[in-house]
Amino acid sequence: MTTEQQTYVAVCRLDDLTRESGVLALVAGEAVAVFRTHDDQVHALSGYDPIGGACVLARGIVGTRGGVPYVASPLHKQGYDLRTGRCLDDPEVSVPTYDATVRDGVVLVTPGARGA
Amino acid sequence: MSPHHRRTLVVVGHGMVGHRFVQAAIERGLTETHDVVVVGEEARPAYDRVALTSFFEVGAEALSLLPEGEYDDPRVRLLLGRAVTGFDPGSRTLLLDDGHVIRYDELVLATGAAPFVPPVPGHDLTGAFVYRTIEDLEAIRDAAAGARVGAVIGGGLLGLEAAKALADLGLETHVVEMAPRLMAVQVDDAGGACLRRHVEGLGLTVHTGAMTTAVLGQERVTGLAMEVDGGLEARSARTSTSVDADLVVFSAGIRPRDALARAAGLDLAERGGVLVDAQCRTSDPHVWAIGECAAPGGRMYGLVAPGYAMAEVAVDALLGGDGAFTGADLSTKLKLMGVDVASFGDAFATTEGALELVYADAVAGVYKKLVVSDDGTRLLGGVLVGDASAYGVLRPMLATPTSAGLPLPANPEELILPVTSGGSGGLVLPDEAQVCSCNDVTKADIVAAAAAGETTRAGSTCGSCKSLTKKLIEDYFESVGKVVDRSLCEHFALTRQELFEVVAIHEHTTYDAVLAAHGTGGRGCDVCKPAVASILASRLGGHHVLDAAHVTIQDTNDAYLANIQRNGTYSVVPRIPGGEVTPEGLIVIGEVARDFGLYTKITGGQRIDLFGARMEELPAIWRRLVDAGFESGHAYGKSLRTVKSCVGSTWCRYGVQDSTQLAIDLELRYRGLRSPHKLKGGVSGCARECAEARGKDFGVIATEKGWNLYVGGNGGATPVHARLLVGDLDTETLVRYLDRFLMYYVRTADRLQRTAPWVDSLDGGLERVRAVVVDDVLGLGSELEAAMERHVGGYFDEWKATLDDPDKLRRFVSFVNAPDVPDPHITFREERGQSVPGEPTGPVSLGASIPVGAP
Ligand code: SRM
Ligand SMILES: Cc1cc2nc3c(=O)[nH]c(=O)nc-3n(C[C@H](O)[C@H](O)[C@H](O)COP(=O)(O)OP(=O)(O)OC[C@H]3O[C@@H](n4cnc5c(N)ncnc54)[C@H](O)[C@@H]3O)c2cc1C
Ligand code: SF4
Ligand code: FES
Repeated sequence: MTTEQQTYVAVCRLDDLTRESGVLALVAGEAVAVFRTHDDQVHALSGYDPIGGACVLARGIVGTRGGVPYVASPLHKQGYDLRTGRCLDDPEVSVPTYDATVRDGVVLVTPGARGA
Repeated sequence: MSPHHRRTLVVVGHGMVGHRFVQAAIERGLTETHDVVVVGEEARPAYDRVALTSFFEVGAEALSLLPEGEYDDPRVRLLLGRAVTGFDPGSRTLLLDDGHVIRYDELVLATGAAPFVPPVPGHDLTGAFVYRTIEDLEAIRDAAAGARVGAVIGGGLLGLEAAKALADLGLETHVVEMAPRLMAVQVDDAGGACLRRHVEGLGLTVHTGAMTTAVLGQERVTGLAMEVDGGLEARSARTSTSVDADLVVFSAGIRPRDALARAAGLDLAERGGVLVDAQCRTSDPHVWAIGECAAPGGRMYGLVAPGYAMAEVAVDALLGGDGAFTGADLSTKLKLMGVDVASFGDAFATTEGALELVYADAVAGVYKKLVVSDDGTRLLGGVLVGDASAYGVLRPMLATPTSAGLPLPANPEELILPVTSGGSGGLVLPDEAQVCSCNDVTKADIVAAAAAGETTRAGSTCGSCKSLTKKLIEDYFESVGKVVDRSLCEHFALTRQELFEVVAIHEHTTYDAVLAAHGTGGRGCDVCKPAVASILASRLGGHHVLDAAHVTIQDTNDAYLANIQRNGTYSVVPRIPGGEVTPEGLIVIGEVARDFGLYTKITGGQRIDLFGARMEELPAIWRRLVDAGFESGHAYGKSLRTVKSCVGSTWCRYGVQDSTQLAIDLELRYRGLRSPHKLKGGVSGCARECAEARGKDFGVIATEKGWNLYVGGNGGATPVHARLLVGDLDTETLVRYLDRFLMYYVRTADRLQRTAPWVDSLDGGLERVRAVVVDDVLGLGSELEAAMERHVGGYFDEWKATLDDPDKLRRFVSFVNAPDVPDPHITFREERGQSVPGEPTGPVSLGASIPVGAP
């Protein structure tokens, strides 16, 4: 159990995260955008928009494009796949993703980007 | 031919057809061998006479067919403001009114036609006009300024156009027509009656069966005397009567200007016009005649399309080709006073055995008639009044002396039934179908041009073929797999306007309901969510964009009630109505900017923008501003921005009205109105226009008598000047029309379509807007006003409401789990003594040591 507590950072209560929106959380010093989709899945991406060069992704519009759950950057509306961090408008670009889950009504994110 | 033997070709008349001739001569290489001299009597180069009436709105420049003032071929010389007074076929010379003599090898007469003025007593009094040139219209406009009542003699196509122009100039207007119905040449009795109801509905007085016997007055026109038929019961009784009028416009037909040819001894047609053969050659082999002055085969054509065809034929003949002019389609489709009228082929069913199919809806003011052959397989002609949308598919079916036309479908009546009850919908045109009769462009030409990424001339003259042309181009692109989808996005197969309607009809109040009922699958995106958010905001009173049900569909600026900047900070723009601000207000803004370290700039919209606020600082900044009496400026919304003012009569020595007061009133009235795109207004205190009102979506310019209202202007990427909707309004009427205009726009425009392209996209353009807003032809006026009243009544300051609601304030934090830690990605540097965004840092890590609050 102790290992698990170190593995996860609690971000907020699921109830406080509106469906189809995001919040920015500080996860082990990194700015992570955490999203909740309409079916109550949670996803975590780096909050930093690499094209716009600002930490704004958590404030984007959340929806689907061709069935892919995504967030549109508030700066120039590029879409990012919430599951993979892949940019839907530029195959060269992607953002780091994080493991996120809900336990006992609390949204938890694993520090350290996946695959990093 | 060697260049030493260049020949001289003289064109007499620089009207529409003369201009087309020169264009074709250049394009087809005639200027390789000929020097071309064009002599035009009017002071300006050729202009679009077909669109003459729009002079009142757009001015002379916009009508020009040669805006550069010269052709870019140096071998063409344009002599304007000079008339040819005679020519001698023997010596091949011609004489100008300034005494110059020009020798020619070939002479092309393109002198057009002149209005016919019946020789009734008083026809030459001051205040009697014709309607043919820009100068005529200038004179009419000047005379109308001091006049109350106008009369137009002639209720034909041009007469009605002139009458509408007088009415638009604010005159009480009479139309006096000798025939028993309006547009007697083109439409039948029932069509004429339908048209008359429309015209009278616009407030004009129509006199049919009325022969003008005199123009009354001593020096100036004071009225008209006429003899009117007694009608059916008393066919013998003709009564004499008169109407008062301060000005009179003759529009009783035209006569070809064939005097030069007559004096030179050339053959003329029996009913006037220079007689020419199928190649447009006159009885002298070196003299040609084209356009309205010519009579190919003895017949004169009062339309531009046959003239253009003659111009092409004459160039071809001069190049040694064998093209021929074989007659022309005299079909007419036009929009008169916002009413569609079309007439084509054998409109009066004079063909042996012809049958008539009629559809009439008196309530809607629609009359449609098809004339078909006795066996029902051929379309011979027709009349459409009130709804001519079927014209595009009907015209190619028309059987004419030179073409068999397309066979009619089995149930031809379907072609004129309203679309909802069957209708013409998806009819397939054959390639050779002529789509644009003005410029003789077929469907095949249009498709070929689209494929080559080029354009044709279709739609550039009378415009009646525009919608069909557009459709063909779209169909083409669709057929090659390019998606020309007009739907909003992948989630809705509807346009914004359709979406607005379904939201209104079903009274939806949330995005989820709209998506469930009309979506095509998926959860929505950054296109449809803000569009629906805007529609809901326009419809729902007392609605806050940050309410839980709506917050996630807002565009990202609305979602924080501020404009996001490149580094993720926001700008703050308090409303400063009309640009008027007190010294105390300025001091508060200054203090807030200083205390929060915000970059401060005067905007292009007469207010002050404070940049560089961190998202979590917005509530504290607004608390200070709201307490000092400021409210949201909606710089972040697709909504009213500013109504720019000038100081007007309060201070300015030229001002004739209080433009500042009106600008403030309008800004306060329309503040917060969510719209398809942002909206800007302006009010100037006099014609000097210091507020640049005509560069705004709606602009008001003060006159001695009240206010002129202009609509559809903008700066930005494609600048357009707003055009006059109505003149000399009192303030109350102005506001009423503006309410209607804005709500009509809010309801029917596309997503992110500003007012100028929206106006252009309406069938009928500005005319249509005027018909709906001013003439209220749709009867929507009071509904639109009521919708605006609801908006005005339901307005509240969304920033104040946000500050009063802890739920809404919760979103304004840097990190949800570390609200006291500022976003480390935001950095500043200093420039000209203020702070501006630092360079992007890339992702920054603060290290794991930062204490993080529990959820
Ligand atoms: C601040 C300001 C420039 C300035 O420093 O003066 C400005 C700034 C922005 N303009 Fe502008 N425009 C500003 C006056 C104008 C003007 C001048 C005017 O209003 O008289 C124009 C041309 C006039 C017009 O709109 O017809 C103008 C034409 C645009 C356009 C092009 C619109 C078009 O139809 O082509 C955009 C882009 C858009 O809206 O899609 C735009 C968009 C923007 C946005 C909102 C871009 C964005 O989304 O970030 C800028 C951010 C504003 C902010 O952060 O506050 N801005 N912009 C001006 C704010 C005026 C105000 O008080 O609200
Ligand atoms: C208000 C209005 C609306 C119209 N609407 C339509 C419409 O919807 N559809 C349509 O098909 N047609 C319409 N027409 C008709 C159309 O404008 C004419 O068919 C077309 O302009 C004919 O072109 P043209 O070159 O033959 O004559 P014009 O355009 O009249 O040009 C002739 C030119 O020759 C000049 N000229 C004459 N004599 C001399 C001389 N001796 N020396 C030098 N110059 C001379 C004249 O000043 C004139 O500039 C409309 C006309 C008007 C007035
Ligand atoms: S528009 Fe006229 S009234 Fe207004 S400031 Fe300019 S000159 Fe003065
Ligand atoms: S039919 Fe007149 S522009 Fe095409």
